[in-house]
Amino acid sequence: MFSKFFEWYEKRHDYARDWLTKNDGEVVGCFCSYAPEELIYAAGHLPVRMLGSHEPQDVTEPHIFGMYCPFCRDVLAQGLKGRFNYMKGIMLAQSCLHLRQSFTSWRNHVPVDYAYYLYMPNKVQTDHARSYLAGELAKFRRSLEEWTGREITDEALREAAEVYNESRRLAHEVYDLRKGPNPALTGLEAMVMVASSFMVDKKEHNAELKRILPELKERRLDRETGARLMIVGSEDDDTEFIRMVESVGATVVTDDHCTGSRYFWNSVEFTNGDILSDIANRYVDRPTCPTKDFETRSRFPHILQLAKDFNVDGVLLIQQKFCDPHECDMPPLKEYLNENGFPTLFLEFDVTVPLGPMRIRVEAFLEMVGEEELF
Amino acid sequence: MAEYKTEPLKSWNKAKELRLKYYKEYQDAHKNGGLRWTGGAWSFDAIPAGLGRDVYNITGEPYGASLAFDKQLSKECMEAAEAKGWARDLCSYMRNYWGSMYLNKYAFGGEYPSPDFCFQDHICCSHGKWYQHVAEYKKIPYFCIDVSVGPYEDLDENRLMFVVNQMHESIEWLEKITGRKYQDDLLIEAVENECRSTSAWAEVCYLNMAKPAPLDEKTMYSLYVHGTLAKHSKEIADFYEELRDEVKYRVDNQIAAVPNERCRLMSDTQPPWGFLKVFRYLENFGAVSIGSLYTFGLIGIWEDKPDGTWGPRTTPMQKGESITTRDQALRILADWNLSKPEWQHFYDPNIKTRMMLQIVKQWGVDGVMLHLNRGCEGLSCGIMENRLGIAEAGVPVMTFEGNMGDEREFDEKRVMARIDSFMETLGIDMLQKAQ
Repeated sequence: MFSKFFEWYEKRHDYARDWLTKNDGEVVGCFCSYAPEELIYAAGHLPVRMLGSHEPQDVTEPHIFGMYCPFCRDVLAQGLKGRFNYMKGIMLAQSCLHLRQSFTSWRNHVPVDYAYYLYMPNKVQTDHARSYLAGELAKFRRSLEEWTGREITDEALREAAEVYNESRRLAHEVYDLRKGPNPALTGLEAMVMVASSFMVDKKEHNAELKRILPELKERRLDRETGARLMIVGSEDDDTEFIRMVESVGATVVTDDHCTGSRYFWNSVEFTNGDILSDIANRYVDRPTCPTKDFETRSRFPHILQLAKDFNVDGVLLIQQKFCDPHECDMPPLKEYLNENGFPTLFLEFDVTVPLGPMRIRVEAFLEMVGEEELF
Repeated sequence: MAEYKTEPLKSWNKAKELRLKYYKEYQDAHKNGGLRWTGGAWSFDAIPAGLGRDVYNITGEPYGASLAFDKQLSKECMEAAEAKGWARDLCSYMRNYWGSMYLNKYAFGGEYPSPDFCFQDHICCSHGKWYQHVAEYKKIPYFCIDVSVGPYEDLDENRLMFVVNQMHESIEWLEKITGRKYQDDLLIEAVENECRSTSAWAEVCYLNMAKPAPLDEKTMYSLYVHGTLAKHSKEIADFYEELRDEVKYRVDNQIAAVPNERCRLMSDTQPPWGFLKVFRYLENFGAVSIGSLYTFGLIGIWEDKPDGTWGPRTTPMQKGESITTRDQALRILADWNLSKPEWQHFYDPNIKTRMMLQIVKQWGVDGVMLHLNRGCEGLSCGIMENRLGIAEAGVPVMTFEGNMGDEREFDEKRVMARIDSFMETLGIDMLQKAQ
């Protein structure tokens, strides 16, 4: 049922090259899930979220000091190795220091026609962030217009936001089917469904979701659900890891990752006012990355609510090695979840993960989670 | 054989006294009914100054460095932070600071003096999170101003006003949490002092262009620190002007920091505080580290001059501008700080490379030593691109790996060996061997 999503995810470059032959726009690489893709889409381009390839690499050492996260180096490696040689534009929505180095080094060393750094606010907990971001989006819009010489109308922005909102609504529908005792899809399928939406024209992705949803609602998986797990943490599209977890008596039923629910959780609320303000509000209000989550820890109640809504038995706390923003959240988050009755297992990720040792740790965790039911 | 005369810095004792006075005043603030607050070295300390003359702060980075200098205490602090589950690769100043808080030990004796509130700014991933945890642990209020609005060369009204609006918001917040009436005249005075102190420190660094250099970087570390403690204070502004005059005297009279100066180096990022002997080791080669973008521009405020050189930024007062309102003071404070050299690389390593090459050119630098500092993701951001840019410009550059605040990540012998190799590539022998 999810084969199309797997195909898109695994053959992302083939899709993008094919898209370029059929469309008048360009492929624009977006660094970080805070990228306001609606603007790029409205300009007639294909926004693509930059991910790594989960392969060991040796090309980034001269560019990014080894104390930064493996994800940001894996992303840069894709550019340095020429995997995106068809891509003419890149843009960064400011978030952590790690990923911005992938962007700045890409801009320095990988040929592109267009590179834009959007100064996304970090303190989203002040109301001033709204008007500020709307102003920055206006500059980004003008910059895109200058690049291609094409006007981006308010109407085009509204249409793009509607397409994105539909994508978000459909993703929610799919996630809702994981709440019941027999989830209609595995965590791996959900991960690939969301990740593939980073790489594909949202209209096409929406069409495929709409096609499978009626069947998905009736679907009964031929497998035991086992322990219901939630995954929380840094960027995570490690399909091999989640496949392993779901092979040892568990199902991942929800997540709080920028590559998962955080990407689509909230929508643009149309106010009949300035469309850029509406879009800005969407990005200010979305579930936060820890690097933007201060002074209050607004993430924690949201994560707890997810755990409750999806009837979670345990939480895997997943963190990219050296990811400072998540490192600043993990100890208090672990304590918070434990105090609220959710056991946790902390795992540190690299570009590749040692599946054998991780399997042992996950199995031990599942035994611990299962004990409560026995005694 | 010494080529130049040298003599101790007359301002040295005053520098030490001021630093200890700062930490003592913070510690004793409550005895006299005053307020204590904590935040980063880059926080807008001029703003809480409007709450009264009995308001004292402790800034996290220099405090973390002071802890790092005491290796035993630092180790205890690190272990205390790790025992709470914090990762070892987090900012080592932050881990030292948190450890001191958990252990209830003050680096200057006695118990950790709990602050009344946290007041921070945010440009690095750790900034906002550092005091979030302090506020949670000590159960005190917290305000943070986001300054990540891009490099100064791209500053416009929207970006400036995002910072200024948050500053206004912070004053309302300060009044609310302290119950005190805010005094704009004290804010204006503090802003003027900050402009004066940070421009005067830049003047001190500017004078180090002279040959022989009147100051070496190890000495500068003990002097720049005052700007990281209380850049808004009259005492610090006055001190930096006195220091500038003394350094000018040294320049006029060819009083050298390193009497056998024959090679000029510059460094980058914070030093490994427990191993400042690295800089003394350089003297064996007749090499002086004249400073760095870090010592010049962490606190010093600079500007491009019409002749294409880089020099101390002209203060509003020097321009004849008079500050009369809160809004004007905050606009100046925001604009002034957004031009800080050490804030620019957060957006583009090429800007930092450009500034470093300007220092190489203007200060007559023969080689660059980059500290790949595992303890600070903020100032190490883009550092490998800086290395490439400096090397491409034909300037000799070496790297050494370490940690500003965690001595467990510094390999002294290996670093000294790298310095030996680097000096060899520069064609500089150890003086003992040369003689």
